[in-house]
Amino acid sequence: MKIIVAIKQVPERDAQVRIDAQSRWIEESNLQWALNESDAYALEEALQLKEKHGGEVVVISAGPERVGSTIREALAKGADRAIHIECADLGNRDALGVARLLAEALKPENPDLVLTGLQSEDLGLGQTGVILAELLGLPHASLILHVEKTDSGLTVKRELEEGWFQSIDLPTPAVLTIQSGGNKLRYATLMGIKKAKTKEVRVVSAAELSVDPAPVVILERISLPTKQRSTQMLPGTAKEAAAALVEKLKFEARVL
Amino acid sequence: MSGIWVVMEERDSRISRISWEALAAGQKLAALTAQAVNAVVVGAQTATLAAEVAAKPLGKVARVEHPLLATYTPDGFSLALQQFFQAEKPDYVVFPHTYQVRDYAPALAARLGQTLIGDVTAIGEGPALTRQLMQGRLNGSYRHTGNGPCFVSVQAGAFRADSVEAGSAAVAVFSPSIEAAQIRTRPGERFRASAQTVDLASAQLIVSVGRGIKDPENIPLAQELATALGAELGASRPICDNGWLPLERQVGSSGQTVSPKLYLAVGISGAIQHLVGMKGSQCVVAINKDPGAPIFEVADYGIVGDLFEVLPALTEAIKAAKQ
Repeated sequence: MKIIVAIKQVPERDAQVRIDAQSRWIEESNLQWALNESDAYALEEALQLKEKHGGEVVVISAGPERVGSTIREALAKGADRAIHIECADLGNRDALGVARLLAEALKPENPDLVLTGLQSEDLGLGQTGVILAELLGLPHASLILHVEKTDSGLTVKRELEEGWFQSIDLPTPAVLTIQSGGNKLRYATLMGIKKAKTKEVRVVSAAELSVDPAPVVILERISLPTKQRSTQMLPGTAKEAAAALVEKLKFEARVL
Repeated sequence: MSGIWVVMEERDSRISRISWEALAAGQKLAALTAQAVNAVVVGAQTATLAAEVAAKPLGKVARVEHPLLATYTPDGFSLALQQFFQAEKPDYVVFPHTYQVRDYAPALAARLGQTLIGDVTAIGEGPALTRQLMQGRLNGSYRHTGNGPCFVSVQAGAFRADSVEAGSAAVAVFSPSIEAAQIRTRPGERFRASAQTVDLASAQLIVSVGRGIKDPENIPLAQELATALGAELGASRPICDNGWLPLERQVGSSGQTVSPKLYLAVGISGAIQHLVGMKGSQCVVAINKDPGAPIFEVADYGIVGDLFEVLPALTEAIKAAKQ
Protein backbone atom coordinates (compact mmCIF):
# COMPACT_ATOMS: atom_id res chain seq x y z
CA MET A 1 0.00 0.00 0.00
CA LYS A 2 1.35 3.40 -0.96
CA ILE A 3 0.30 5.92 1.67
CA ILE A 4 0.78 9.67 1.52
CA VAL A 5 0.52 11.62 4.76
CA ALA A 6 -0.01 15.38 4.56
CA ILE A 7 1.59 17.05 7.58
CA LYS A 8 1.80 20.63 8.81
CA GLN A 9 4.33 22.48 10.88
CA VAL A 10 2.64 24.63 13.52
CA PRO A 11 3.83 26.81 16.43
CA GLU A 12 4.66 24.71 19.46
CA ARG A 13 1.67 24.27 21.74
CA ASP A 14 2.98 26.27 24.68
CA ALA A 15 4.47 29.03 22.54
CA GLN A 16 3.65 32.56 23.67
CA VAL A 17 1.95 34.10 20.66
CA ARG A 18 2.12 37.81 19.92
CA ILE A 19 0.08 39.62 17.30
CA ASP A 20 2.26 41.24 14.61
CA ALA A 21 2.39 44.99 13.96
CA GLN A 22 -0.16 44.83 11.12
CA SER A 23 -2.56 42.64 13.16
CA ARG A 24 -2.59 40.23 10.22
CA TRP A 25 -0.77 37.29 11.80
CA ILE A 26 1.45 36.37 14.75
CA GLU A 27 5.11 37.27 15.21
CA GLU A 28 6.96 34.26 13.86
CA SER A 29 10.54 35.32 14.55
CA ASN A 30 11.03 33.73 17.98
CA LEU A 31 8.61 30.83 17.69
CA GLN A 32 9.43 27.18 18.23
CA TRP A 33 7.79 24.85 15.72
CA ALA A 34 6.36 21.35 15.96
CA LEU A 35 4.51 18.69 14.00
CA ASN A 36 0.74 19.28 14.24
CA GLU A 37 -0.70 16.79 16.73
CA SER A 38 -3.40 15.06 14.68
CA ASP A 39 -0.92 14.88 11.77
CA ALA A 40 1.39 12.92 14.08
CA TYR A 41 -1.48 10.46 14.60
CA ALA A 42 -2.05 10.30 10.81
CA LEU A 43 1.64 9.46 10.37
CA GLU A 44 1.44 6.82 13.10
CA GLU A 45 -1.57 5.18 11.42
CA ALA A 46 0.31 5.14 8.10
CA LEU A 47 3.43 3.59 9.66
CA GLN A 48 1.36 0.87 11.36
CA LEU A 49 -0.50 0.07 8.11
CA LYS A 50 2.85 -0.24 6.34
CA GLU A 51 4.18 -2.53 9.06
CA LYS A 52 1.13 -4.79 8.64
CA HIS A 53 0.68 -4.73 4.87
CA GLY A 54 3.95 -3.50 3.41
CA GLY A 55 4.32 -0.62 0.96
CA GLU A 56 5.60 2.92 1.28
CA VAL A 57 4.88 5.97 3.42
CA VAL A 58 5.50 9.36 1.81
CA VAL A 59 5.02 12.59 3.76
CA ILE A 60 4.10 15.84 2.06
CA SER A 61 4.19 19.30 3.59
CA ALA A 62 3.77 22.84 2.32
CA GLY A 63 5.52 25.85 3.79
CA PRO A 64 8.76 27.82 3.88
CA GLU A 65 12.24 26.38 4.42
CA ARG A 66 11.75 25.89 8.19
CA VAL A 67 9.20 23.15 7.43
CA GLY A 68 12.19 20.97 6.55
CA SER A 69 12.85 20.23 10.24
CA THR A 70 9.34 18.82 10.73
CA ILE A 71 9.72 16.74 7.55
CA ARG A 72 12.97 15.29 8.95
CA GLU A 73 11.15 14.43 12.17
CA ALA A 74 8.56 12.44 10.18
CA LEU A 75 11.33 10.67 8.26
CA ALA A 76 13.08 9.86 11.53
CA LYS A 77 9.88 8.25 12.81
CA GLY A 78 9.85 5.98 9.79
CA ALA A 79 8.43 7.66 6.68
CA ASP A 80 10.32 6.51 3.58
CA ARG A 81 10.60 9.79 1.69
CA ALA A 82 9.10 13.26 1.52
CA ILE A 83 7.83 15.98 -0.76
CA HIS A 84 8.30 19.56 0.40
CA ILE A 85 6.16 22.13 -1.41
CA GLU A 86 8.20 25.25 -0.84
CA CYS A 87 5.78 28.08 -0.40
CA ALA A 88 6.54 31.40 1.30
CA ASP A 89 2.97 32.76 1.14
CA LEU A 90 1.08 29.80 2.61
CA GLY A 91 -0.71 32.08 5.08
CA ASN A 92 -2.22 34.14 2.25
CA ARG A 93 -3.85 31.10 0.67
CA ASP A 94 -7.15 29.78 1.91
CA ALA A 95 -8.01 26.12 2.61
CA LEU A 96 -8.94 25.51 -1.03
CA GLY A 97 -5.69 27.09 -2.25
CA VAL A 98 -3.53 24.97 0.06
CA ALA A 99 -5.44 21.78 -0.82
CA ARG A 100 -4.89 22.58 -4.52
CA LEU A 101 -1.13 22.76 -3.94
CA LEU A 102 -1.15 19.41 -2.15
CA ALA A 103 -3.41 17.81 -4.77
CA GLU A 104 -1.21 18.90 -7.68
CA ALA A 105 1.98 17.73 -5.97
CA LEU A 106 0.66 14.30 -4.97
CA LYS A 107 -1.35 13.41 -8.10
CA PRO A 108 1.66 11.93 -9.95
CA GLU A 109 2.27 9.61 -6.99
CA ASN A 110 -1.03 7.71 -7.49
CA PRO A 111 -1.34 6.76 -3.81
CA ASP A 112 -3.65 4.04 -2.48
CA LEU A 113 -4.39 6.08 0.60
CA VAL A 114 -3.97 9.72 1.61
CA LEU A 115 -4.06 10.60 5.32
CA THR A 116 -4.20 14.02 6.92
CA GLY A 117 -4.67 15.14 10.50
CA LEU A 118 -8.17 16.24 11.44
CA GLN A 119 -7.25 19.89 11.84
CA SER A 120 -4.30 22.15 12.47
CA GLU A 121 -3.58 23.66 15.86
CA ASP A 122 -2.89 27.12 14.46
CA LEU A 123 -5.68 27.89 11.97
CA GLY A 124 -7.94 25.03 13.02
CA LEU A 125 -9.78 25.00 9.70
CA GLY A 126 -10.19 21.21 9.61
CA GLN A 127 -10.86 21.21 5.87
CA THR A 128 -7.68 20.24 4.01
CA GLY A 129 -8.29 16.48 3.88
CA VAL A 130 -11.93 16.75 2.84
CA ILE A 131 -11.15 19.27 0.07
CA LEU A 132 -8.18 17.16 -1.03
CA ALA A 133 -10.50 14.17 -1.55
CA GLU A 134 -12.80 16.35 -3.63
CA LEU A 135 -9.93 17.66 -5.79
CA LEU A 136 -8.49 14.16 -6.29
CA GLY A 137 -11.93 12.69 -7.06
CA LEU A 138 -11.56 10.17 -4.22
CA PRO A 139 -14.00 8.99 -1.54
CA HIS A 140 -13.25 10.15 1.99
CA ALA A 141 -14.11 9.72 5.63
CA SER A 142 -13.22 12.18 8.40
CA LEU A 143 -12.55 12.04 12.16
CA ILE A 144 -11.10 8.54 11.87
CA LEU A 145 -9.64 6.71 14.87
CA HIS A 146 -8.90 3.31 13.37
CA VAL A 147 -8.20 1.93 9.88
CA GLU A 148 -8.47 -1.67 8.79
CA LYS A 149 -7.60 -3.00 5.33
CA THR A 150 -10.23 -5.32 3.83
CA ASP A 151 -10.42 -7.28 0.56
CA SER A 152 -12.44 -4.54 -1.11
CA GLY A 153 -10.86 -1.48 0.50
CA LEU A 154 -11.03 -0.17 4.04
CA THR A 155 -13.17 -0.34 7.16
CA VAL A 156 -12.68 2.71 9.34
CA LYS A 157 -13.92 3.82 12.75
CA ARG A 158 -15.33 7.33 12.68
CA GLU A 159 -15.87 9.43 15.79
CA LEU A 160 -19.27 11.07 16.21
CA GLU A 161 -20.38 13.53 18.87
CA GLU A 162 -20.88 12.70 22.58
CA GLY A 163 -19.07 9.38 22.74
CA TRP A 164 -20.67 7.72 19.69
CA PHE A 165 -18.81 6.00 16.86
CA GLN A 166 -19.64 4.60 13.46
CA SER A 167 -17.92 2.11 11.23
CA ILE A 168 -17.67 2.99 7.53
CA ASP A 169 -16.62 0.88 4.53
CA LEU A 170 -15.01 2.58 1.58
CA PRO A 171 -13.00 1.54 -1.48
CA THR A 172 -9.41 2.59 -2.11
CA PRO A 173 -7.87 4.84 -3.19
CA ALA A 174 -9.34 7.07 -0.51
CA VAL A 175 -8.61 10.05 1.72
CA LEU A 176 -9.01 9.88 5.52
CA THR A 177 -8.65 12.62 8.10
CA ILE A 178 -7.30 11.20 11.34
CA GLN A 179 -8.45 12.18 14.83
CA SER A 180 -5.97 12.27 17.72
CA GLY A 181 -5.83 9.39 20.17
CA GLY A 182 -6.45 6.32 18.00
CA ASN A 183 -2.93 4.99 18.45
CA LYS A 184 0.02 5.45 20.73
CA LEU A 185 2.58 7.74 19.09
CA ARG A 186 6.10 6.46 18.59
CA TYR A 187 9.26 8.42 19.22
CA ALA A 188 12.03 8.66 16.68
CA THR A 189 14.89 6.31 17.54
CA LEU A 190 18.54 7.34 17.27
CA MET A 191 18.83 4.97 14.32
CA GLY A 192 15.75 6.58 12.77
CA ILE A 193 17.22 10.06 13.17
CA LYS A 194 20.44 8.92 11.54
CA LYS A 195 18.63 7.25 8.64
CA ALA A 196 16.41 10.29 8.08
CA LYS A 197 19.43 12.32 6.99
CA THR A 198 19.88 10.20 3.89
CA LYS A 199 16.21 9.85 2.93
CA GLU A 200 14.89 11.61 -0.16
CA VAL A 201 13.18 15.01 0.27
CA ARG A 202 11.97 16.27 -3.07
CA VAL A 203 11.47 20.03 -3.07
CA VAL A 204 8.81 21.39 -5.39
CA SER A 205 8.23 25.13 -5.56
CA ALA A 206 4.63 26.29 -5.28
CA ALA A 207 5.15 28.28 -8.49
CA GLU A 208 5.84 25.08 -10.46
CA LEU A 209 2.46 23.65 -9.51
CA SER A 210 0.47 26.22 -11.51
CA VAL A 211 -2.15 26.78 -8.83
CA ASP A 212 -4.02 30.08 -8.64
CA PRO A 213 -2.83 31.65 -5.35
CA ALA A 214 -5.77 34.11 -5.11
CA PRO A 215 -7.89 33.22 -2.08
CA VAL A 216 -11.71 33.26 -1.95
CA VAL A 217 -11.58 33.88 1.78
CA ILE A 218 -9.26 36.40 3.43
CA LEU A 219 -8.09 36.58 7.04
CA GLU A 220 -8.19 40.34 7.46
CA ARG A 221 -7.31 40.94 11.06
CA ILE A 222 -6.47 39.04 14.22
CA SER A 223 -7.16 40.18 17.76
CA LEU A 224 -7.28 39.02 21.35
CA PRO A 225 -10.62 37.51 22.32
CA THR A 226 -12.87 39.43 24.65
CA LYS A 227 -13.57 37.88 28.00
CA GLN A 228 -16.85 36.05 28.47
CA ARG A 229 -16.74 36.29 32.25
CA SER A 230 -14.93 38.69 34.55
CA THR A 231 -12.18 36.62 36.08
CA GLN A 232 -10.86 37.42 39.54
CA MET A 233 -7.18 36.54 39.50
CA LEU A 234 -5.84 35.37 42.83
CA PRO A 235 -2.23 36.45 43.30
CA GLY A 236 0.45 35.50 45.79
CA THR A 237 2.28 32.30 46.59
CA ALA A 238 0.63 28.94 45.93
CA LYS A 239 -0.43 28.79 49.57
CA GLU A 240 -1.86 32.31 49.62
CA ALA A 241 -3.71 31.81 46.34
CA ALA A 242 -5.11 28.48 47.53
CA ALA A 243 -6.34 30.00 50.80
CA ALA A 244 -7.90 32.94 48.94
CA LEU A 245 -9.63 30.56 46.53
CA VAL A 246 -11.18 28.45 49.28
CA GLU A 247 -12.44 31.65 50.90
CA LYS A 248 -14.02 32.81 47.64
CA LEU A 249 -15.57 29.43 46.88
CA LYS A 250 -17.11 29.24 50.33
CA PHE A 251 -18.37 32.74 50.91
CA GLU A 252 -18.64 34.42 47.50
CA ALA A 253 -19.50 31.69 44.99
CA ARG A 254 -21.02 29.53 47.76
CA VAL A 255 -20.22 26.29 45.97
CA LEU A 256 -18.46 24.53 48.84
CA MET B 1 -28.99 35.36 -6.56
CA SER B 2 -31.52 34.41 -3.95
CA GLY B 3 -30.45 35.45 -0.51
CA ILE B 4 -29.40 33.33 2.43
CA TRP B 5 -29.97 29.60 2.82
CA VAL B 6 -29.56 27.80 6.14
CA VAL B 7 -28.99 24.04 6.08
CA MET B 8 -30.98 22.52 8.96
CA GLU B 9 -29.99 19.19 10.51
CA GLU B 10 -32.12 16.58 12.19
CA ARG B 11 -31.57 15.00 15.56
CA ASP B 12 -33.92 12.43 17.07
CA SER B 13 -36.44 13.19 14.29
CA ARG B 14 -36.53 16.89 15.12
CA ILE B 15 -34.59 19.93 13.98
CA SER B 16 -31.46 20.08 16.16
CA ARG B 17 -30.87 22.93 18.54
CA ILE B 18 -27.67 24.03 16.83
CA SER B 19 -29.61 24.26 13.55
CA TRP B 20 -31.86 26.89 15.12
CA GLU B 21 -28.70 28.69 16.21
CA ALA B 22 -27.50 28.57 12.59
CA LEU B 23 -30.86 30.02 11.57
CA ALA B 24 -30.32 32.87 14.06
CA ALA B 25 -26.91 33.46 12.43
CA GLY B 26 -28.66 33.51 9.05
CA GLN B 27 -31.01 36.17 10.37
CA LYS B 28 -28.04 38.21 11.58
CA LEU B 29 -26.59 38.06 8.06
CA ALA B 30 -30.00 38.99 6.68
CA ALA B 31 -30.12 42.08 8.87
CA LEU B 32 -26.65 43.14 7.65
CA THR B 33 -27.24 42.45 3.96
CA ALA B 34 -31.00 43.13 3.59
CA GLN B 35 -31.75 39.72 2.14
CA ALA B 36 -34.32 37.03 2.80
CA VAL B 37 -33.53 33.97 4.91
CA ASN B 38 -34.52 30.53 3.61
CA ALA B 39 -33.98 27.08 5.05
CA VAL B 40 -33.33 23.68 3.55
CA VAL B 41 -33.74 20.19 4.98
CA VAL B 42 -32.10 17.13 3.41
CA GLY B 43 -33.18 13.49 3.60
CA ALA B 44 -35.38 10.73 2.23
CA GLN B 45 -38.52 11.85 4.07
CA THR B 46 -38.43 15.44 5.17
CA ALA B 47 -42.09 16.48 5.47
CA THR B 48 -42.15 16.59 9.29
CA LEU B 49 -38.84 18.44 9.56
CA ALA B 50 -39.90 20.90 6.87
CA ALA B 51 -43.17 21.57 8.70
CA GLU B 52 -41.20 22.38 11.87
CA VAL B 53 -39.04 24.88 9.97
CA ALA B 54 -41.99 26.33 8.05
CA ALA B 55 -43.39 27.62 11.35
CA LYS B 56 -40.70 30.32 11.30
CA PRO B 57 -40.61 33.66 9.49
CA LEU B 58 -38.69 32.55 6.40
CA GLY B 59 -38.79 33.25 2.68
CA LYS B 60 -38.82 29.66 1.54
CA VAL B 61 -38.33 26.20 2.98
CA ALA B 62 -36.92 23.59 0.60
CA ARG B 63 -37.08 19.82 1.01
CA VAL B 64 -34.11 18.29 -0.79
CA GLU B 65 -35.39 14.77 -0.96
CA HIS B 66 -34.17 11.48 -2.44
CA PRO B 67 -34.28 7.84 -1.27
CA LEU B 68 -30.46 7.73 -1.36
CA LEU B 69 -30.35 10.50 1.26
CA ALA B 70 -32.01 8.33 3.93
CA THR B 71 -28.65 7.85 5.63
CA TYR B 72 -26.01 10.56 5.66
CA THR B 73 -23.07 10.09 3.31
CA PRO B 74 -20.68 12.87 2.27
CA ASP B 75 -21.14 11.95 -1.41
CA GLY B 76 -24.95 11.98 -1.23
CA PHE B 77 -25.24 15.25 0.69
CA SER B 78 -22.56 17.05 -1.38
CA LEU B 79 -24.18 16.00 -4.64
CA ALA B 80 -27.73 16.88 -3.58
CA LEU B 81 -26.82 20.29 -2.16
CA GLN B 82 -24.51 21.08 -5.07
CA GLN B 83 -27.44 20.65 -7.47
CA PHE B 84 -29.76 22.58 -5.20
CA PHE B 85 -27.42 25.55 -4.72
CA GLN B 86 -26.47 25.65 -8.40
CA ALA B 87 -30.17 26.13 -9.10
CA GLU B 88 -30.77 28.63 -6.27
CA LYS B 89 -27.54 30.66 -6.61
CA PRO B 90 -27.54 31.97 -3.02
CA ASP B 91 -25.30 34.72 -1.63
CA TYR B 92 -24.77 32.90 1.67
CA VAL B 93 -25.12 29.33 2.83
CA VAL B 94 -25.09 28.84 6.62
CA PHE B 95 -24.56 25.49 8.39
CA PRO B 96 -24.40 24.41 12.02
CA HIS B 97 -20.75 23.42 12.70
CA THR B 98 -21.38 19.75 13.48
CA TYR B 99 -19.23 16.68 12.83
CA GLN B 100 -21.50 15.93 9.86
CA VAL B 101 -21.08 19.39 8.34
CA ARG B 102 -17.31 19.21 8.86
CA ASP B 103 -17.40 15.97 6.87
CA TYR B 104 -18.98 17.32 3.66
CA ALA B 105 -19.33 21.13 3.64
CA PRO B 106 -15.65 21.78 2.72
CA ALA B 107 -16.03 19.46 -0.30
CA LEU B 108 -19.35 20.99 -1.31
CA ALA B 109 -17.84 24.49 -1.14
CA ALA B 110 -14.81 23.36 -3.17
CA ARG B 111 -17.11 21.97 -5.90
CA LEU B 112 -18.49 25.47 -6.34
CA GLY B 113 -14.99 27.01 -6.25
CA GLN B 114 -15.54 28.30 -2.71
CA THR B 115 -13.94 27.93 0.72
CA LEU B 116 -16.05 27.38 3.83
CA ILE B 117 -15.54 29.86 6.68
CA GLY B 118 -15.98 27.31 9.45
CA ASP B 119 -16.76 27.40 13.18
CA VAL B 120 -17.80 31.07 13.17
CA THR B 121 -18.49 32.65 16.57
CA ALA B 122 -19.66 36.14 15.57
CA ILE B 123 -20.91 38.07 12.55
CA GLY B 124 -20.34 41.82 12.27
CA GLU B 125 -20.56 44.68 9.76
CA GLY B 126 -19.06 43.90 6.37
CA PRO B 127 -20.05 41.14 6.93
CA ALA B 128 -16.94 40.22 8.91
CA LEU B 129 -16.94 36.66 10.18
CA THR B 130 -15.06 35.88 13.39
CA ARG B 131 -13.54 32.48 14.10
CA GLN B 132 -10.98 31.32 16.64
CA LEU B 133 -7.30 30.72 15.91
CA MET B 134 -4.42 29.16 17.86
CA GLN B 135 -6.72 26.95 19.95
CA GLY B 136 -8.83 29.89 21.08
CA ARG B 137 -5.97 32.20 22.02
CA LEU B 138 -6.78 34.59 19.18
CA ASN B 139 -9.74 35.64 17.09
CA GLY B 140 -9.50 36.00 13.33
CA SER B 141 -11.80 38.23 11.28
CA TYR B 142 -12.53 36.76 7.85
CA ARG B 143 -14.08 38.19 4.70
CA HIS B 144 -15.38 36.47 1.59
CA THR B 145 -14.27 37.87 -1.77
CA GLY B 146 -15.27 37.26 -5.35
CA ASN B 147 -18.42 35.81 -6.83
CA GLY B 148 -20.46 32.84 -5.80
CA PRO B 149 -21.95 31.85 -2.50
CA CYS B 150 -20.17 32.45 0.79
CA PHE B 151 -20.26 29.24 2.88
CA VAL B 152 -20.33 29.71 6.66
CA SER B 153 -20.70 27.27 9.54
CA VAL B 154 -21.44 28.49 13.06
CA GLN B 155 -20.15 27.21 16.39
CA ALA B 156 -22.53 25.62 18.89
CA GLY B 157 -23.73 28.18 21.42
CA ALA B 158 -22.49 31.23 19.49
CA PHE B 159 -25.95 32.39 18.40
CA ARG B 160 -29.21 32.27 20.33
CA ALA B 161 -31.69 29.69 19.11
CA ASP B 162 -34.51 31.31 21.11
CA SER B 163 -34.14 34.54 19.14
CA VAL B 164 -35.90 32.86 16.19
CA GLU B 165 -39.55 33.93 16.34
CA ALA B 166 -42.64 32.19 15.02
CA GLY B 167 -43.94 32.84 11.52
CA SER B 168 -44.66 30.92 8.37
CA ALA B 169 -43.01 29.96 5.10
CA ALA B 170 -43.92 28.19 1.88
CA VAL B 171 -42.48 24.71 1.40
CA ALA B 172 -41.24 23.30 -1.92
CA VAL B 173 -39.63 19.96 -2.82
CA PHE B 174 -36.37 19.73 -4.78
CA SER B 175 -35.48 16.31 -6.23
CA PRO B 176 -31.77 15.93 -6.94
CA SER B 177 -30.62 13.26 -9.38
CA ILE B 178 -28.35 10.78 -7.60
CA GLU B 179 -27.22 7.35 -8.81
CA ALA B 180 -26.43 4.65 -6.24
CA ALA B 181 -22.95 4.24 -7.75
CA GLN B 182 -22.13 7.88 -6.96
CA ILE B 183 -22.22 7.10 -3.24
CA ARG B 184 -18.86 5.51 -2.57
CA THR B 185 -18.85 5.10 1.21
CA ARG B 186 -21.05 2.67 3.16
CA PRO B 187 -21.86 3.85 6.68
CA GLY B 188 -22.65 1.32 9.41
CA GLU B 189 -24.80 1.64 12.53
CA ARG B 190 -23.79 4.06 15.26
CA PHE B 191 -22.35 2.45 18.38
CA ARG B 192 -20.94 3.37 21.78
CA ALA B 193 -17.59 1.98 22.85
CA SER B 194 -18.66 0.78 26.27
CA ALA B 195 -21.30 1.40 28.90
CA GLN B 196 -20.65 4.63 30.76
CA THR B 197 -20.00 3.99 34.43
CA VAL B 198 -18.96 7.52 35.34
CA ASP B 199 -21.76 10.04 35.12
CA LEU B 200 -20.00 13.37 35.01
CA ALA B 201 -23.13 15.03 33.68
CA SER B 202 -24.83 14.88 37.07
CA ALA B 203 -21.72 15.62 39.16
CA GLN B 204 -21.95 18.73 41.36
CA LEU B 205 -18.21 19.23 41.71
CA ILE B 206 -15.60 18.34 39.10
CA VAL B 207 -11.81 18.60 39.15
CA SER B 208 -10.60 18.29 35.58
CA VAL B 209 -7.01 17.75 34.48
CA GLY B 210 -5.28 18.66 31.22
CA ARG B 211 -1.97 18.46 29.49
CA GLY B 212 -0.30 20.60 32.17
CA ILE B 213 -0.21 17.59 34.49
CA LYS B 214 2.63 16.41 32.23
CA ASP B 215 2.92 12.80 33.37
CA PRO B 216 0.47 10.03 34.36
CA GLU B 217 2.35 9.74 37.64
CA ASN B 218 1.08 13.21 38.57
CA ILE B 219 -2.63 12.34 38.17
CA PRO B 220 -2.89 11.44 41.92
CA LEU B 221 -2.21 15.11 42.73
CA ALA B 222 -5.52 15.98 41.04
CA GLN B 223 -7.22 12.89 42.45
CA GLU B 224 -6.28 13.96 45.99
CA LEU B 225 -7.83 17.37 45.44
CA ALA B 226 -10.96 15.74 44.00
CA THR B 227 -11.19 13.42 47.00
CA ALA B 228 -10.75 16.30 49.45
CA LEU B 229 -13.55 18.18 47.70
CA GLY B 230 -15.77 15.14 47.22
CA ALA B 231 -15.57 15.84 43.49
CA GLU B 232 -15.49 13.65 40.38
CA LEU B 233 -12.31 13.61 38.33
CA GLY B 234 -12.62 14.74 34.72
CA ALA B 235 -10.08 15.31 31.97
CA SER B 236 -9.44 17.05 28.68
CA ARG B 237 -9.02 15.02 25.53
CA PRO B 238 -5.20 14.62 25.46
CA ILE B 239 -5.25 12.96 28.89
CA CYS B 240 -7.72 10.31 27.67
CA ASP B 241 -5.96 10.01 24.29
CA ASN B 242 -2.80 9.11 26.18
CA GLY B 243 -4.69 6.56 28.26
CA TRP B 244 -3.86 8.36 31.51
CA LEU B 245 -7.55 8.38 32.44
CA PRO B 246 -10.38 6.37 30.85
CA LEU B 247 -12.36 7.88 27.97
CA GLU B 248 -15.50 8.07 30.10
CA ARG B 249 -13.88 10.88 32.12
CA GLN B 250 -13.42 13.07 29.07
CA VAL B 251 -15.18 16.45 29.07
CA GLY B 252 -15.77 18.19 25.75
CA SER B 253 -17.37 17.88 22.33
CA SER B 254 -16.32 14.27 21.86
CA GLY B 255 -16.84 13.37 25.53
CA GLN B 256 -19.38 14.41 28.13
CA THR B 257 -21.12 17.75 28.54
CA VAL B 258 -21.12 18.84 32.16
CA SER B 259 -22.71 21.63 34.18
CA PRO B 260 -21.58 21.26 37.80
CA LYS B 261 -21.74 23.88 40.54
CA LEU B 262 -17.94 24.00 40.53
CA TYR B 263 -15.61 23.13 37.67
CA LEU B 264 -11.95 23.30 38.60
CA ALA B 265 -9.75 23.17 35.49
CA VAL B 266 -6.17 22.23 36.26
CA GLY B 267 -3.53 22.58 33.53
CA ILE B 268 -6.22 22.81 30.84
CA SER B 269 -5.55 25.50 28.24
CA GLY B 270 -9.19 25.66 27.14
CA ALA B 271 -9.42 24.72 23.47
CA ILE B 272 -12.94 25.21 22.16
CA GLN B 273 -13.55 21.44 21.99
CA HIS B 274 -13.14 21.41 25.76
CA LEU B 275 -14.99 24.64 26.50
CA VAL B 276 -18.19 23.53 24.75
CA GLY B 277 -18.35 20.64 27.20
CA MET B 278 -18.09 22.71 30.40
CA LYS B 279 -19.13 26.28 29.77
CA GLY B 280 -22.50 25.66 31.39
CA SER B 281 -20.76 25.25 34.77
CA GLN B 282 -21.99 27.57 37.50
CA CYS B 283 -18.53 28.48 38.81
CA VAL B 284 -15.29 27.90 36.91
CA VAL B 285 -11.82 27.97 38.48
CA ALA B 286 -8.73 27.82 36.26
CA ILE B 287 -5.22 26.97 37.39
CA ASN B 288 -2.66 27.36 34.62
CA LYS B 289 0.90 28.54 34.24
CA ASP B 290 0.08 30.48 31.06
CA PRO B 291 -1.78 33.74 31.81
CA GLY B 292 -2.85 33.84 28.14
CA ALA B 293 -4.58 30.44 28.25
CA PRO B 294 -8.14 30.73 26.88
CA ILE B 295 -9.53 28.88 29.90
CA PHE B 296 -9.18 32.14 31.86
CA GLU B 297 -11.73 33.76 29.52
CA VAL B 298 -14.46 31.54 30.91
CA ALA B 299 -13.15 31.36 34.50
CA ASP B 300 -14.64 33.12 37.51
CA TYR B 301 -11.47 32.65 39.52
CA GLY B 302 -7.98 32.20 38.17
CA ILE B 303 -4.62 31.25 39.60
CA VAL B 304 -1.60 31.72 37.38
CA GLY B 305 1.05 29.43 38.70
CA ASP B 306 2.75 26.07 38.84
CA LEU B 307 0.04 23.46 39.38
CA PHE B 308 2.56 21.21 41.14
CA GLU B 309 2.69 23.85 43.89
CA VAL B 310 -0.90 25.04 43.75
CA LEU B 311 -2.59 21.61 43.79
CA PRO B 312 -1.09 20.35 47.07
CA ALA B 313 -1.64 23.77 48.69
CA LEU B 314 -5.26 23.76 47.57
CA THR B 315 -5.84 20.20 48.77
CA GLU B 316 -4.49 21.21 52.20
CA ALA B 317 -6.60 24.37 52.29
CA ILE B 318 -9.76 22.41 51.40
CA LYS B 319 -9.04 19.79 54.07
CA ALA B 320 -8.44 22.55 56.64
CA ALA B 321 -11.68 24.31 55.68
CA LYS B 322 -13.67 21.11 56.10
CA GLN B 323 -12.42 20.38 59.60
